Amino acid sequence: MPIAVPAFNSRAKTSKFALFSTFFAVFGTVCMSFANYAAAQTSPQPIPIPTQSAQPQGAVVQMLYVKEDRDKELPVSLLDQPNADDGIAGAKLGIADDNTTGRFLNQSFKLDVIEGSDLNDLIKQATEKVAAGDGFIIADMSPDSLLKFADALKGKPAQIFNVGNPDDRLREEDCRANVLHTAPTRSMLADALVQYLVWKRWPNMLMVIGPSANDQLLADAYRRSAKKFGAKIVEERKFNVDTGNRRADGGFEQIQQQISQFMQGAKDHDVVLVVDEDQVFGDYFPYRTWVPRPIVGSAGLVPASWHPALEQWGATQFQNRFKRLAGRIMRPLDYDAWIATRVVGEAASRTHSTDFKTLYDFIHSPKFDVAAFKGVALSFRAWNGQLREPLLVNSQKIFVSVSPQPGFLHQFSLLDTLGMDKPETKCKAYTQ
Amino acid sequence: MSRLSMLMPALVTAAIVSFGVTPADAYTAYVTNEKDNTVSVIDTDKLEVIKTAKVGQRPRGIVMSNDGKWIIICTSDDNDVKVYDAQTLEYIKSLPSGPDPELLTLHPDGRRLYIANEDDNLVTVVDIQTSKVITEIPVGVEPEGMGMSPDGKVLVNTSETTNMAHFIDTTTHKLFDNVLVDSRPRVAMFNSAQSQLWVSSEVGGTVAVINPTDRKIIAKINFSIPGIEQEAIQPVGIRITKDDKIAFVALGPANRVAVIDTKTFKVLKYILVGQRVWQMYFTPDGKLLFTTNGASNDVTAIDVANLKAIKSIKVGRYPWGVVVSPK
Repeated sequence: MPIAVPAFNSRAKTSKFALFSTFFAVFGTVCMSFANYAAAQTSPQPIPIPTQSAQPQGAVVQMLYVKEDRDKELPVSLLDQPNADDGIAGAKLGIADDNTTGRFLNQSFKLDVIEGSDLNDLIKQATEKVAAGDGFIIADMSPDSLLKFADALKGKPAQIFNVGNPDDRLREEDCRANVLHTAPTRSMLADALVQYLVWKRWPNMLMVIGPSANDQLLADAYRRSAKKFGAKIVEERKFNVDTGNRRADGGFEQIQQQISQFMQGAKDHDVVLVVDEDQVFGDYFPYRTWVPRPIVGSAGLVPASWHPALEQWGATQFQNRFKRLAGRIMRPLDYDAWIATRVVGEAASRTHSTDFKTLYDFIHSPKFDVAAFKGVALSFRAWNGQLREPLLVNSQKIFVSVSPQPGFLHQFSLLDTLGMDKPETKCKAYTQ
Repeated sequence: MSRLSMLMPALVTAAIVSFGVTPADAYTAYVTNEKDNTVSVIDTDKLEVIKTAKVGQRPRGIVMSNDGKWIIICTSDDNDVKVYDAQTLEYIKSLPSGPDPELLTLHPDGRRLYIANEDDNLVTVVDIQTSKVITEIPVGVEPEGMGMSPDGKVLVNTSETTNMAHFIDTTTHKLFDNVLVDSRPRVAMFNSAQSQLWVSSEVGGTVAVINPTDRKIIAKINFSIPGIEQEAIQPVGIRITKDDKIAFVALGPANRVAVIDTKTFKVLKYILVGQRVWQMYFTPDGKLLFTTNGASNDVTAIDVANLKAIKSIKVGRYPWGVVVSPK
């Protein structure tokens, strides 16, 4: 038979293709069939092992962590008290991970840390570090400081990663071309929670809003989310924080009375949405409401980029590594800073380069993505430099769900159902 | 694909003509159940669980000794590797492994066991007879996949966060090359001829086929399944038929196993199995392929000749690894 099927030359008697060739063999001669079968035992071709040449001198990628010390009221719970190395520990773990990888590519990674409350001094020090080669800067600062900091470094070979700030305006009307954001925005966090509530068919929210300026911004984000996903804020109440009670003896007795009274006479609602970004009163609400309703938002069920007990997507080893390094559990700020270092490490290994411009261009190209224990690859939104990532909806001990939720659709990426999408953006610094 | 299906009736006839129809040999499959610390034992003829045995904490990777007498299991939360009698499932001994062992592979010499320590960036080499650590090899962040070349000369380890396939000379236990692949490489598998090394990238959603001779990537395989979002396609387990013609790739939460022609690297078919399919193993006669479906707590048997799932067998909670006895 003149049918040539060289690809299906039989080596084993059991596969479909083996049978296939037997089929042709039967058409030809029985001898051929046996010949084919005898060919089943092939010996593997040897793999040449090259001799090791001397390792070339490794190149270094220098990163800088800048932390602006800010006055903040202490959170209600002892569990939420700040650590001196919040964020910094995450960056250190990322540098360690990058160095383990870099070993195989003759690349190494180094982290400088500067910290202080005087912005001008931070800018001065950072400028010197940039001149000395620190090209990638992780910044944990207040919004206004971040803008001044970014403007001071404009035109210099420096890429800033915002880790400490959820303000949407930093990605929108006040966006800066030299800033990428690994911290999620308020609008992303609100969308992550509200998607879950809508999925649960708990769309009616009683919103309790704290007095701080950040609380007003977060409340705006929830109003926008409710409208976006068809949830409803049935009523809004302002909560004035009386901090004097907090540590007084018997303070809990007062709170037990006060929260209950505060919540009387509300319109029917499925959940109480507490808006308390600085965690100074929200945790008073669970179990103290007038009618029994779940608490969501800044207490109870809370959206975040990370949970210290997350074990999905291979995160167990990551959590363990962090605990060994920092001697504590990992918080969202640590995770956001870790991502920034991994973004740089990933760019260095993908491009086989430590050159700032090469890494910068790759990170800003559509080819860039990075794995970060969320089950999908993360990337940056081209219109405003915001990290595109799934967000967790957390209870205190474990995460409850991950958003985007099933059923919310998007024409390009489901992850863009969280936060400001391309058509809505007010950012002009990123060319679209 | 179309040519194959056209010829299928003829194939079946040919099979009957040339070999006659014989029942499959009965082997024993062992499945580790990660969340309930057990091993389910399956009769591959009846396709039924015939026994469930308690083992150590969080059993994951599993291999069999070359003589088929022992099953060797990574008991990750005990931070060791445990050896059990394959017949009685009685505990025999523990092997030192380093922390959090996940996957392992046995050298063709039957003695050297190579273990990936996910928590410690190491591959540990243990002599299973003497239970002594021979050496530890530093690799990338979160080592996982362990592919042994059929001649035993080269081990390939994948590291999930470093995103590399590390080539290790098993004579010197030194790395001689590192190949960058897509995000979160999970499994490395040589074909019999050692002309191809397949590496699956779980988050990247691809499989890289590498030429072991020059360590260049020959092909990168992408997957697309109508109605399944791209993010759910997460390749993990890989098995290649003994004749090197066909590769099976488990696609995790896409709940399917891709069937790939190893010459054209085209996906011929997606076989629906259970939820979050990860690891796979052939029966020694190559007729059946078992898949562990972690999220649906079952194991699917695939008829290799017909590329069809024939039965799903309920096992324990979160089945992870699977191995089939040589006889």
